[in-house]
Amino acid sequence: MTLAIVDLGYGNVGSIAVGFQRLGAETRLTADPAEIATAERVVLPGVGAAGYAMARIEALGLRATLTGLDRPLLGICLGMQLLFEASEEDDVGCLGLIPGQVRRLEAVPGRPVPHMGWSRLDVSDADLGLRTGDYVYFAHSYACDDGPASVATTRYGRNIPAAVRRGTVLGAQFHPERSSDAGARFLKAFLSC
Amino acid sequence: MPAARIIPCLDVRDGRVVKGVQFRDHRDVGDIIDHALRYRDEGADELVFYDISASAEDRSLDTEWIRRIGREIDIPFAVAGGIRSRDQAAACLEAGADKVSVNSPALERPGLIEELARDFGSQCVVLGVDSFEKEGDYYVHQYTGRVDRSRDTGLKTLDWVKEATERGAGEIVLNCMRRDGVRSGYDLAHVGAVVGAVEVPVIASGGAGAPEHFRDAFTQAGASGALAATVFHDRLIAIPELKEYLARCGIEIRR
Repeated sequence: MTLAIVDLGYGNVGSIAVGFQRLGAETRLTADPAEIATAERVVLPGVGAAGYAMARIEALGLRATLTGLDRPLLGICLGMQLLFEASEEDDVGCLGLIPGQVRRLEAVPGRPVPHMGWSRLDVSDADLGLRTGDYVYFAHSYACDDGPASVATTRYGRNIPAAVRRGTVLGAQFHPERSSDAGARFLKAFLSC
Repeated sequence: MPAARIIPCLDVRDGRVVKGVQFRDHRDVGDIIDHALRYRDEGADELVFYDISASAEDRSLDTEWIRRIGREIDIPFAVAGGIRSRDQAAACLEAGADKVSVNSPALERPGLIEELARDFGSQCVVLGVDSFEKEGDYYVHQYTGRVDRSRDTGLKTLDWVKEATERGAGEIVLNCMRRDGVRSGYDLAHVGAVVGAVEVPVIASGGAGAPEHFRDAFTQAGASGALAATVFHDRLIAIPELKEYLARCGIEIRR
């Protein structure tokens, strides 16, 4: 199984690569549209801000590649947010593969932002290796709208989609590569979906 | 709400885990990967690796051991020690760290926090604060990794955490220095004051000696996580039993 990890030029993709390598996948960090289009699986990682990430996608000429993939695509954390229509962060238009917006989490006493740590899942689609009651690791200040694409949610003031799926487009707001056994089950399900 | 986090902290020097009392007199307590794997298996929610000499010696930490840890464990971890620039932070994140923690260099140049938050997001930027009680107030100390350079900045802790989070720090690790290594309990009033002053998660550090101390950090001070070293390294408290105890106290815990 060859897996392309989209290289937007910032770090922290090392842990994602290792997470897949533990499961036997061969990973390539690349920004080459041809290589991304022909990989068996594509992962869109994300650290940083939506505006910068979308600017990199446009500058690298990757929008059409990412929106036209016929193989499974997985966006992780900010990468999942980029799959939606638009983000409040930097007020930027995103890839529009999944309907809905990305909005800032509201900090209130007892509910700090970023939402950081292990939160419990409610799972509606067991095909992705996740189970209701699993704890997975989150670290984010913005969250996608809950909607028909949600296959797992958690609660943080409002219902937050933890994992989404629309056809061959998947997203994880949590960090599967840092979510112990539940995360590994999810990555494995992505490799075999 | 996320589960309350139990966070073993591993002080690192030359790729080995060390531990001192009140930031001094460090002794070798073992290999870094052995410790990381043991804590992961016991149910630690996150790990912090702190290069105690890098900051005081004006060098950034070595990324090779970060890469080794990143390959071995599947829970989040933060690294700290001498991260002075965007590129040094990028190297740590690229090596597999989930977060970088800045302390003395952020005091030298607070703009560092903004640069890191802009490029990597606030969720990657932890502010470590060494807070010392003096005449009823709390002040930030700098270069605590080395006895001869450790100094009082004169900056009040509450002012500094507010400024740093406005600049983009996404989490605070509050080390209450008088409590470090003495196992008399977290400084609940001070942790609670910092929790009330900022919108980001606060991790209590310094003073854990008994399971009740962890309980109080969560239920009384409102901490999102509790960090400890001595009680875990010396096996005075086992994480599985600690988590069972906290769950019995009605605290949400990942098991």
